[in-house]
Amino acid sequence: MGVKLLLEKANVPGIRTYDVYRREGGYATAEKALKEMSIEAIVEEVKKSGLRGRGGAGFPAGMKWSFIAKPEGVPRHLVCNADESEPGTFKDRYLMEFLPHLLIEGLLISSYALGSNDTYIYIRGEYAWVADILEEAIVEATKNGWLGKNILGNGFDCMVHVHRGAGAYICGEETALIESLEGKRGNPRIKPPFPAIQGLWMRPTVVNNVETLAAVVPIIKMGGEEYAKIGVGRSTGTKLISACGNINKPGVYEIDMTISVEDFIYSDEYCGGIAGGKKLKACIPGGSSVPILPANLLLKTAKGETRYMNYESLSDGGFATGSMMGSGGFIVLDEDQCIVKNTLTLARFYRHESCGQCSPCREGTGWMEKILQKIELGKGESSDIDLLWDIQRKIEGNTICPLGDAAAWPVAAAIRHFRDEFEWHINNRELSQTSNFGLQHYADPIHVPA
Amino acid sequence: MSLQFNNEQMSEFKRLVARYPEGKQKSALLPVLHLAQDSFGGWLPTEAMDYVASLLEIEPIEVYEVATFYSMYNLKPVGKFVFEVCQTGPCMVSGSDNIIAYIQKQLDIKPGETTKDGMFTLKLVECLGACGYAPMMQVGKIYREHLTKEKVDAIIAEYRMQVVAQN
Repeated sequence: MGVKLLLEKANVPGIRTYDVYRREGGYATAEKALKEMSIEAIVEEVKKSGLRGRGGAGFPAGMKWSFIAKPEGVPRHLVCNADESEPGTFKDRYLMEFLPHLLIEGLLISSYALGSNDTYIYIRGEYAWVADILEEAIVEATKNGWLGKNILGNGFDCMVHVHRGAGAYICGEETALIESLEGKRGNPRIKPPFPAIQGLWMRPTVVNNVETLAAVVPIIKMGGEEYAKIGVGRSTGTKLISACGNINKPGVYEIDMTISVEDFIYSDEYCGGIAGGKKLKACIPGGSSVPILPANLLLKTAKGETRYMNYESLSDGGFATGSMMGSGGFIVLDEDQCIVKNTLTLARFYRHESCGQCSPCREGTGWMEKILQKIELGKGESSDIDLLWDIQRKIEGNTICPLGDAAAWPVAAAIRHFRDEFEWHINNRELSQTSNFGLQHYADPIHVPA
Repeated sequence: MSLQFNNEQMSEFKRLVARYPEGKQKSALLPVLHLAQDSFGGWLPTEAMDYVASLLEIEPIEVYEVATFYSMYNLKPVGKFVFEVCQTGPCMVSGSDNIIAYIQKQLDIKPGETTKDGMFTLKLVECLGACGYAPMMQVGKIYREHLTKEKVDAIIAEYRMQVVAQN
């Protein structure tokens, strides 16, 4: 069993309620922070912990906090990004659904450190019942003196407000989220100015992911240095992984980032192996936008070393032979899955979610979907693969926000590693409608652990 | 204006607006549009959007551009129960195609259509964050997960019963 810092108490009956959470030691860390620690000391612990943003980008959280401007007389805001929308990712939902008070405790400590008197949780609109759970927890926390005016007699006022979005992946991008929180379309802003200087209502703002803010609780509880001892290298602490696709045990797992990808997929403690005794074909290890890897490159790096579930190891080899930790959305594909079809559904997703501001993304995502649809329906031509490659290359890096990159990468990686499957579809138009390319990519038998 | 919040809805409106600083009431637009949609039959006619604009003291165009941007706002009438079935990658590899085909057959409608009795609308949506519990659909506030053909039948029967019980 690995270390559990976030989900340790997830299975305690009634942990969703204030009474049980408190009885299990909840809010003791907030008490320590507000009564015994200076603001600088809290920020210092978070910096020392090496905590990296858990939303996908992996930016050091302590550093992000230290950028916040503090102009005299201007309110500052902390915004919790709960717009979890990256396909394959459902860890924040789990955390909020089962441990709402852990998030609120993290929000309280973080709001105190940043000087945010009004903190917002921007939650994706579809998680309507989760929003209700959070609202209930806020009422309980307020009733018990953890939110409101002059908390613990420390002079600090803090209120947490839930704000429901309405169905737009783009609002997970922090400046689009801010626009949406201001009651507008979720069009990302041009940076600079960064939110830390001019964010919500042009006030200094920090936007952090749900898991990042929840992790502040164990960090303050155990100290940044102790937290940093868990894990390996710059992958400190624990990470929530939401595993899905063709595995025996889909679900949310907390890992300490020293486990190998192979153990994560095949051990009974985690994914429990490929469903139906089938073979592993490919995996998208960090949410739909990160590069898909074929089984051989997933389990071992190009150098033949074991690949581990952490930031550095998953990205070993760059995009040529590696991928990314991303949001921790771990999507497993078995031997029966078609890479063309899978890529098509992702291309459709990004076309649907493009906000339309930048031409390369607005037009390019639509073209990619149409070309992939054409290949999938057995009408592809040999020039289509190069055309797809050309389009994705012209989207990447040419847009205001990273949605363009997120749309380009899955297509690029699918062609990079599975070009023969695309060619097979194009050269076997009829056959591709009734059968599957399977595992023909591999000249050598695929590595399947006993 | 005939569309108006009743007292209960109006107090919810006030609660939502109070979350934002004075003069920033436009920030309440998304939550208020959810409230309007829930209050006025599951969709947002122009009249409802104009009413929201007047309540928040903003221009109607500011409401239209938001209502047309976000996928959860219905701009056309929908059935009493909207089946929003996820079709993105993780659900697809877990068999959502078969579930979508089965719902179409059982309800005799295509995606985007409503049954003749006005009971059900089928809508195909992109990832709802339930990838580990696929295939799935959202109906109102609730997620229906681990869908099978048998489960779809049971869900349809359950909603039909609900309406019978109400009448």
